Amino acid sequence: MDKKDKLRAPVSQQPLKVEKPADTNTIGGTISVQLNEKKVVVPFGTTILDACKENQIYIPTLCHHSDLCIAGNCRVCLVEVEGMRTLQTACSFPITSNIKIRTSTENVRKARRHVIDLLLSEHYGDCYACVRNNNCELQSLAKEYGVDSFTFGHIKEPKYEIDNSSPSVIRDMNKCVNCRRCVRTCIDLQEVGVLEAVGRGNETKITTFMDKPLADVICINCGQCINRCPTGALHANDPSDDIWRAIDDPTKHVVIQTAPSPRAAIAEEFGFPAGTSMTQELNTALRRIGFDKVFDTNFSADLTIMEEGTELLHRLKSKIVEKDDSVKLPQFTSCSPGWVKYIEHFYPDYLDHLSTAKSPQQMFGAVLKTFYAQEYWIDPKDIVTVAVMPCSAKKFECNRPEMNSSGFKDVDYGLTTRELAKMIREAGIHLPEMPKSGFDDPFGEASGAGLIFGATGGVMEAALRTAYELITGREVPFKDLKIEPCRGFEGVKKASVLLEGCKPDYSFLEGVELKFMVAHGTANAMTVMEMLKRGEIDDVHFIEIMGCPGGCIGGGGQPIPTSQEIRTKRAEAIYKEEEGLPIRKSHDNPHITYIYEKFFKEGPCSELSHKLLHTHYTKRGKYIV
Amino acid sequence: MLTVENRPKRDGIILFSDYKAGSGIRRSVEMGRENVLFELRESKLKGRGGAGFSTATKWMLTAAASGEIKYIVCNADEGEPGTFKDKVLLTEYPDLVFDGMVVAGFTIGAKKGLVYLRGEYVYMLKSLERYLDRMRTYNLLGKNILGKEGFDFDIEIRLGAGAYVCGEETALIESLEGHRGEPRNRPPYPVNTGYMGCPTVVNNVETLASVPNILIKGGAWFAKHGTDKSTGSKLFSISGDCKKPGVYELPWGITIDEVLKIVEAENTKAVQVGGASGSCIPKKCFDRKLAYEDAATGGSIMIFNESRNMLNVLKNFMEFFVEESCGQCTPCRVGNVKLLEGIEMIENNEYTFRYINQLKDLCKTMQLASKCGLGQSSPNSFLSILENFKEEIFFKNGNGVYHG
Repeated sequence: MDKKDKLRAPVSQQPLKVEKPADTNTIGGTISVQLNEKKVVVPFGTTILDACKENQIYIPTLCHHSDLCIAGNCRVCLVEVEGMRTLQTACSFPITSNIKIRTSTENVRKARRHVIDLLLSEHYGDCYACVRNNNCELQSLAKEYGVDSFTFGHIKEPKYEIDNSSPSVIRDMNKCVNCRRCVRTCIDLQEVGVLEAVGRGNETKITTFMDKPLADVICINCGQCINRCPTGALHANDPSDDIWRAIDDPTKHVVIQTAPSPRAAIAEEFGFPAGTSMTQELNTALRRIGFDKVFDTNFSADLTIMEEGTELLHRLKSKIVEKDDSVKLPQFTSCSPGWVKYIEHFYPDYLDHLSTAKSPQQMFGAVLKTFYAQEYWIDPKDIVTVAVMPCSAKKFECNRPEMNSSGFKDVDYGLTTRELAKMIREAGIHLPEMPKSGFDDPFGEASGAGLIFGATGGVMEAALRTAYELITGREVPFKDLKIEPCRGFEGVKKASVLLEGCKPDYSFLEGVELKFMVAHGTANAMTVMEMLKRGEIDDVHFIEIMGCPGGCIGGGGQPIPTSQEIRTKRAEAIYKEEEGLPIRKSHDNPHITYIYEKFFKEGPCSELSHKLLHTHYTKRGKYIV
Repeated sequence: MLTVENRPKRDGIILFSDYKAGSGIRRSVEMGRENVLFELRESKLKGRGGAGFSTATKWMLTAAASGEIKYIVCNADEGEPGTFKDKVLLTEYPDLVFDGMVVAGFTIGAKKGLVYLRGEYVYMLKSLERYLDRMRTYNLLGKNILGKEGFDFDIEIRLGAGAYVCGEETALIESLEGHRGEPRNRPPYPVNTGYMGCPTVVNNVETLASVPNILIKGGAWFAKHGTDKSTGSKLFSISGDCKKPGVYELPWGITIDEVLKIVEAENTKAVQVGGASGSCIPKKCFDRKLAYEDAATGGSIMIFNESRNMLNVLKNFMEFFVEESCGQCTPCRVGNVKLLEGIEMIENNEYTFRYINQLKDLCKTMQLASKCGLGQSSPNSFLSILENFKEEIFFKNGNGVYHG
């Protein structure tokens, strides 16, 4: 697929340009180096850090992150290279000659300790009063290097005001260590570019354009910067105090919906390896915390598939049969609030391509305050809806002014995986010890189609399973319903499926090759949007885009740390759980059939469903006054 | 040896000697690339910016680097405190500088040269551009220079914006590319991955200005001047407590004593060689030679007489570094602040020698661990002034007893 516009990130923070040989078996493909006392052979151009990792030598790092380009800012990973006057950073030094490396000399140890001491001297605050206590890379470094006093003093007064303007991301620059991971995340990983270093010397700080509050810049709230911040300088806006208040209030009926991605990751917060799913334990824990009902967001994911899928069929019909040029194709998914805000800021002229269907979180909120309230005779004003999401942008989404079609705020609070884990701990519950239990009626267990929403490509896979069957009356022609072209972590995926033997209602689609694309992370979204601008993908019908790398499992509300390896394991956990489910197609979910018969009456995209389950978007643009 | 104030005459050793504009370029075309590099190697010319890297090697590496497009960058971001020699070269001898650039372009196969001109030198921009225009009319710039088929080269002048760190070659390149002026990781070096990712030679103004005369009079002639390891002459910007401050062209290897005599300095207590990032030399070491192998300098010589308070001098330098650090790497960003705080502690008599020694330890880390030359050299003056003037600093400001 297309290459990224490489000029966005400065070269100083771009990957090393070492031409790696294609074949490491040829002469010159590998190189032998002396690593401490050992002679090792590594591929040409390997960094010292990687070479050490291969050989069980641990090098401390801080500004380095496996998802990001190299910076070499923090100077913690110093090593000695024989013949060089100064110490070298292991993360940035490519091995291109037979060098001798020593990783634990007096100079190295002393320098690393000095660097840590210096970072601590300007790092305001106390560890026990910090959201990242026990999960802080600076704290770990201090421990590893036996810091027992502040050699070069410790800052006593905070230098900066905390920016809590954003409903999603809070910035406390007093804890910033200037590693610039957030800067690189924003500009290089996500191609948004909200954060940048300004000022010189000790006045250097990471801030937004013109030092504006985060709420007033083009931040898409994806929270990827939070996931990569080594300290507590960036964290999500935590609503748990308000939720506790609602739980403690006997007049309130507090219900919670849990998304699949937090369930696949929350065990990490309790010391389990990535890829451990704890859905049913979580249900019990939530009831013990005091939530009145526990629902599965997958139900509304199924609802989303029905609405979004039907919308696509309507668009196809208008375009093909009625030749209506005002109908825009390809249709984009709108489940990811980070992506939605991205397109509103960066490509406001293309909002017509975005499906009008709300995200599963918002659909559930709307259904809870209407259908559920009616069925159970509860006054919707007394219902408090909480959503556990892997996402910091969901906090912004539930606060969008247009998200109140029931007359009440659809979703009252968006809670991240991390914050929920905190609430569980606060309640004195050790999640893994909980007995298993299911979800509450009237929504019960949902289909597997909703479950796989968590991984990139999941929405597309779920939508195809339903759309194909609606059109042709047969199951999608993929073994075990696994639509492989949708799976995996390639940045931009493109595939197609041929529609044959269509039902009479859809005869206009006979012989049409349904083309679809999947992209994750807004950097890849930009690639897709630029292709669209250039007219290269006019023949594509449906595109799934998730704002975060890896999809929801890599969301900005997920447990820290994150890496490709961790995200892969979370995705595997989701796919594995899905395989075992009895219902794996949204339209087969009996609760979905029920709600359309009983409540929406006229099927998907009816008048009522339009009112409750669909929304509109705002042309924001890049220049905010 | 000639005293040069603001208007130097053309009877110095090398730079301040007679030179016919364009003759260096003509000579290089006659000689061919290989011979230019040969003469340059013979001359043992080293970078005049301060680091002292062999110019011939730098050009050879760039010439050999793979890549269609290559660049010559003239580092005219003269920012080291106490340096003003490039200003004189650019205003009085632009012919030498630009001819040097064209020769460099010819030698490494670059089609474009960039001058990164210090922001404060904006006043000379117009005259420099007029000079470049003149060169174009005489076919010393442009297409097929001096009738040589395929020898295309042009020069563009870009202005800096006042950051000291942009004198560091990789930060300069970042700045040229339109980014925040911050040093890059090395390796890779600019000779392979420089401006816009292309092989790039970054040379000081004076280095480039030395080239034409080397070609005309020969590398061996050049190497006769100066010492064995520091060949040729050097422009020194001499300032401070003396009667005749100014820019002087003197041979390498001259002692500090001799220099002090030339500029008629009296009662000299200390000489800061190499600007704020250099080291401070006390009276007892005035027999040291100015050369790469002894007291190295990019040209700045600051003279302090007996009336000066050395702690104030040091504080001034450290304040400079605290402000001018780019803020990217930890040792430099925070380390310089800690050194400055240490100086303030001494000033207020609130120090312990234990802490001062810890700071000296920190200095060593800064020298070893900083990303670029700024942080690596900023502790030099801290270390040399505290070491060489400990009696003065700790007696005058301390409790009267020096504990060593």
